[in-house]
Amino acid sequence: MKPAAFAYSRPDSLEEALRQLAASGESAKVIAGGQSLGPMLNMRLATPTELIDLNDLTELAYIRDAGDALEIGALTRHEQLAGSALVQAQCPLLAQAARTIGHYAIRQRGTLGGSLAHADPAAQLPLIAVTLQARIEVVNSRGRRSVPASDFFLSAMTTALAADEIILSVRFPKLQAGEGTSFQLFNRRHGDFAIVAVAASVALAGERAARLRLGLIGMGAVPLSCDDIVRPFAGRVADAAWAAEVALAVREAMAPEDDPRIPALYRKELAHTLVERALLRAIERAQG
Amino acid sequence: MSSMQKSSITLTVNGHNHELVAEPRKLLVDALREDLRLTGTHVGCEHGVCGACTVLVDGLPVRACLTYAIQMEGHEVSTIESVAVDGQLSALQQALHEEHGLQCGFCTPGIVMTFEAFLKENPEPSEAEIRDALSGNLCRCTGYQNIVKAIQKAAEQMRKAPDYVAP
Repeated sequence: MKPAAFAYSRPDSLEEALRQLAASGESAKVIAGGQSLGPMLNMRLATPTELIDLNDLTELAYIRDAGDALEIGALTRHEQLAGSALVQAQCPLLAQAARTIGHYAIRQRGTLGGSLAHADPAAQLPLIAVTLQARIEVVNSRGRRSVPASDFFLSAMTTALAADEIILSVRFPKLQAGEGTSFQLFNRRHGDFAIVAVAASVALAGERAARLRLGLIGMGAVPLSCDDIVRPFAGRVADAAWAAEVALAVREAMAPEDDPRIPALYRKELAHTLVERALLRAIERAQG
Repeated sequence: MSSMQKSSITLTVNGHNHELVAEPRKLLVDALREDLRLTGTHVGCEHGVCGACTVLVDGLPVRACLTYAIQMEGHEVSTIESVAVDGQLSALQQALHEEHGLQCGFCTPGIVMTFEAFLKENPEPSEAEIRDALSGNLCRCTGYQNIVKAIQKAAEQMRKAPDYVAP
């Protein structure tokens, strides 16, 4: 199908983009890579009357070392995240997840900010942001604010972004010494959205798991942080038996939606398998 | 802010500037086919899944059904029509021909454009890397085996070319 009619602008500065967005309000939609919004426009699931194109704001496409975090501009494309030596070294979970998004041509256009703002329940980058407790910097014509990823995703395709706000950048904490991470995704066809995906981070102190972070998608409307579920397992020796125990606890705590195509039990079994696999891989990497 | 009405759009396609008059909602693929009469770019699913409409924008593969013509002002678009020069097929096109990497040919322009870009970036890909990149282009005829063979052959030919420079 073809999209409904819209007016179009491509502002050449952030200030101008924010001014236009403030003036237009709910009737306008910002477009970056357009790899999610494009299909929604073409299928008329979205019918904004104005499209504000952010692609000329190249100052928002960057990956920067910011001390204990990587600061990544909202207009950074998935292919740049996946291929960046800095991201691979300092936040490998993010690079690994970005590499699995869609397909080669889709990753050339799709952006970090776009993926977070779109908030598809099965999307990789929201999962990584929630699991690593990233901070999302957002801006409108009146000023900036910083939103923890855990407060950003409210429901499927619904975020804490106000109609006049856009995402500026995201701060992902850097990999620490002794920390290993792993991203595991299951889908039926390569490049499809995940049925279930898991992001895990294990920080070892000797043989023990000093800190454990775990997030899942495919369990509900937003990425699920399992930090509360896995807290009792911190401080213990992180071996294969431990990973199996954590995976079982996560499985038992999950209550995904039952769907005739994808039964809840199937999702729970996937969660079980992928959590165990992710933890074992993360431990292996933490051990170097 | 432009209006919803038709306006003049300048597109740079295959090194030439073209003027067309279209609404902002005009898809790049429709502008190429309907206004510029460059019908080599095919349009399949219109939502980014099938890959048939893949063209290069500033040298990178992009879905022409997920971009609007008006967004491409100031960018260089390359289509399948630019690949063969004076009737001389590119190494990739020649290899697809020799290895029977196409049957009906509907998906072929998208595959050629995707891999013209991919092989520049990754001139020595593994089979797994080829299959990963190829997953974004649906082919309902071949079963992909001969496409993979053709891409491997093209990569080898391109590395042997006298003007080859490793990236």
